Amino acid sequence: MNSLGSLIVRRLAFAILTLFIISVLISVGVELLPGDLARSLLGQMATPETLAALRKELGLDQPYHIRYLAWLGDVFRWDLGRSLANNILVSELIGVRLENTLFLAAVAAVIAVPVSVILGLVAALYRESFFDKFVSMTTLTTISFPEFLVAYILMVIFSVQFPFFPSMANVTHDMAFWDRLHAVALPVMTLVLVVVAHMMRLTRAAIINVLSRPYIEMAELKGMSSAWIIVWHALPNSLAPIINVIVINIAYLVVGVVVVEVVFVYPGLGQLLVDSVSNRDLPVVQASGLIFAATFIFLNLTADILSILANPRLRHPK
Amino acid sequence: MTRLLTMTKLVIEGFQKDGWTTIVNGVDVHIDRGEVLGLIGESGAGKSTIGIASMGYCRAGCRIVGGSIVFDGMELTTASRRALRRIRGRRASYVAQSAAASFNPAHRLIRQYAEAPVRHGVLARIEAERNARAIYRRFNLPDPDRIGGRFPHQVSGGQLQRAMVAMAMACSPDLIVFDEPTTALDVTTQIEVLAAIKDAIKDLNSAAMYITHDLAVVSQVADRIMVLRHGDLVEEGRTKSLLASPRRSYTRALLSVRKGGGERVAHPEQGQRLLEVRDVSAAYVDGVPVLRQVNLEVTRSKTVALVGESGSGKSTLARVITGLLPPEAGHILFDGQDLRPRFFERSKEMLRRLQMIYQMPDVALNPRQKVQEILGRPLAFYFSMRGSEKQNRVSELLEQIELPDHYASRYPSELSGGEKQRIAIARALAARPDLIICDEVTSALDQLVAAEILKLLQRLQNELGVSYLFITHDLATVKVISDEIVVMLEGRVVEHGATNEVLEPPHHEYTEMLLASVPEMDPDWLDTLLATRVGALLREGERMHAPE
Repeated sequence: MNSLGSLIVRRLAFAILTLFIISVLISVGVELLPGDLARSLLGQMATPETLAALRKELGLDQPYHIRYLAWLGDVFRWDLGRSLANNILVSELIGVRLENTLFLAAVAAVIAVPVSVILGLVAALYRESFFDKFVSMTTLTTISFPEFLVAYILMVIFSVQFPFFPSMANVTHDMAFWDRLHAVALPVMTLVLVVVAHMMRLTRAAIINVLSRPYIEMAELKGMSSAWIIVWHALPNSLAPIINVIVINIAYLVVGVVVVEVVFVYPGLGQLLVDSVSNRDLPVVQASGLIFAATFIFLNLTADILSILANPRLRHPK
Repeated sequence: MTRLLTMTKLVIEGFQKDGWTTIVNGVDVHIDRGEVLGLIGESGAGKSTIGIASMGYCRAGCRIVGGSIVFDGMELTTASRRALRRIRGRRASYVAQSAAASFNPAHRLIRQYAEAPVRHGVLARIEAERNARAIYRRFNLPDPDRIGGRFPHQVSGGQLQRAMVAMAMACSPDLIVFDEPTTALDVTTQIEVLAAIKDAIKDLNSAAMYITHDLAVVSQVADRIMVLRHGDLVEEGRTKSLLASPRRSYTRALLSVRKGGGERVAHPEQGQRLLEVRDVSAAYVDGVPVLRQVNLEVTRSKTVALVGESGSGKSTLARVITGLLPPEAGHILFDGQDLRPRFFERSKEMLRRLQMIYQMPDVALNPRQKVQEILGRPLAFYFSMRGSEKQNRVSELLEQIELPDHYASRYPSELSGGEKQRIAIARALAARPDLIICDEVTSALDQLVAAEILKLLQRLQNELGVSYLFITHDLATVKVISDEIVVMLEGRVVEHGATNEVLEPPHHEYTEMLLASVPEMDPDWLDTLLATRVGALLREGERMHAPE
């Protein structure tokens, strides 16, 4: 267990280091932008005296590294500053939006992951059959369309032709769970169609890759059925690549949904990021960037640890 | 006795680069209930293919094109997949060559034991696991009540192989196919597995097919032997009579292969000290010594055999001598000069004088280079040869290893295993070395081919005066080629001396164990050995320990 523990601790340390480096990059990036917070706040009317006074008040006259450390300290206390656009606390603004984004991602993942793993297993079982080719072709088609196009097609079908679901995925804080689900149905469908292909194809490939191993032949010579062999013999030995592709796709569901959120006017973090960039609302951009990076790193860390745990040699050392 | 399996005029084809070729060419095989049939032949003889065909199975890229396979009255070539599944694992089971590869790494041993009986509905899981523990105990596996809870990577090779024999017995099958079950093992480990196999056959009174390339091994278990070559039957007979009076020359060649070897000619420079290993200790991980104060000497034009089981440190010593692994202590002298611990600190001249040949020519030769490039590289590197000079030298080398000139334009994939090993030898010779380290160079080859390679090495030594440090676990090879023997155990040298001295008693008890483990053609050899004290230790997988 010792080596396993130290492996995990090493990965964790590496993740924290990466996050730290990203926080530096984000703050340097913001620093390099022309103008500063004081100028943005005061706008065109600023006189040099008021600028200097505000800079002093905001601590902008301090050297860069001091300001970075102060900002980092604030982040640790979940104090992300105030939005320039409407003076709301960034943490409040982002909190609601993040929750919405995570909700959308979670619903999409809960559907997409089992569907793609099962499709992948069945495709591996009946490889080269009509079913296999049909699934491959359909999923390839859905992944080849740009996601906004998929979104509009779904809208045309499910909210214009057959008005089952709303085309505007508007959710509010006081909505009941089922109403929320109903509201996000179309964005979830879009996301599922976009991510299934990747996960399904990799599951299929990972399983087929293992099927040439001698222990698979052994299982066949023990008279085991193909379905049993795929599930009991092949799947446990191809978990690592499957876990990795699943987690990458989940990360995409959280971080990469900007387009889908905009199309469906969904009040998520991606939408907020887009708005803030166009408003030059730097504190919000900075905080969203950090949260996206943290999500990505955290999910990859999870994938790393799960793949390590999927290996019996590491889980049960000699 | 009643007939269990009849295969008539069996023809099996395999798909190769240039289309379908015949692997099994109309062979008739039959086995009675309770009978043990030995199938013997070199690689490519089609014996494994016949073995799994008896379960109605064909590997990917193979197809049964003719003949019939009747298992207990049922025709398997036309049977449905469902019907075949009901036979496989339940009435006929399979023991593969490499247990490490054939056990699923993700599941515990006992779960894999219980898989067939439970899935076939023969036994409940609790009963199956109870049986498993009983058989583990019968096979002298350590801690039989709990070893089943382990994963394949947590037990040793010999234990794993015994666990696989146990697994094959789970449904009390009528037929067990043993496909080279001991080939990948050390001689001493082979004994424990052979003993388990004999017990398995006796306990179940099941029929068995035992596939191997080693006549001595098969003669321990088989009632009847079939000799195969290139997919054809060479000859068939009761074990005793076939050993006593083989009718065909091929069988006689297989029988006499262990006596082979070339004449030895004295060389003028013979006897000068060439390589001296002094008190060398080495480790891959700090605190886990692999070599402990090893001393060794190789003189000019002589062959020193380095003998021991896997894990004894033989190959590590080769890595230290070649400078791949710097030693922790001790030093190495080559022709009186100190050898630098790392190969990149050594002069080109020093590198040239010390060459190496590996166990697996498949891996040691670059598959994308033609023979002339493989041999030309050391010529250009050490002697700056080019053009026709280089070409002439390549031809000369090919002549030395007894291959025709036009092989220069071939790729390794177009050569047989023995031919590839010859190219590897030629590559070492290209540098005109003083010493060649041969690391298990014949272990991956068929016996007849191996004998040819040994003869070649001997002839080259006679002609060129090169010395060999010959690493092997095969004592039969040692008798043939070596002048001196060094026996290693747990990283220490436990015995060394001239070949005939080491092989004659009295010897160190570990050497005795190694020697006793070499199978002999006598069908009673295993039973006799197991009756002795050394045999009893071997069957339990007990090992000697190096003196501290």
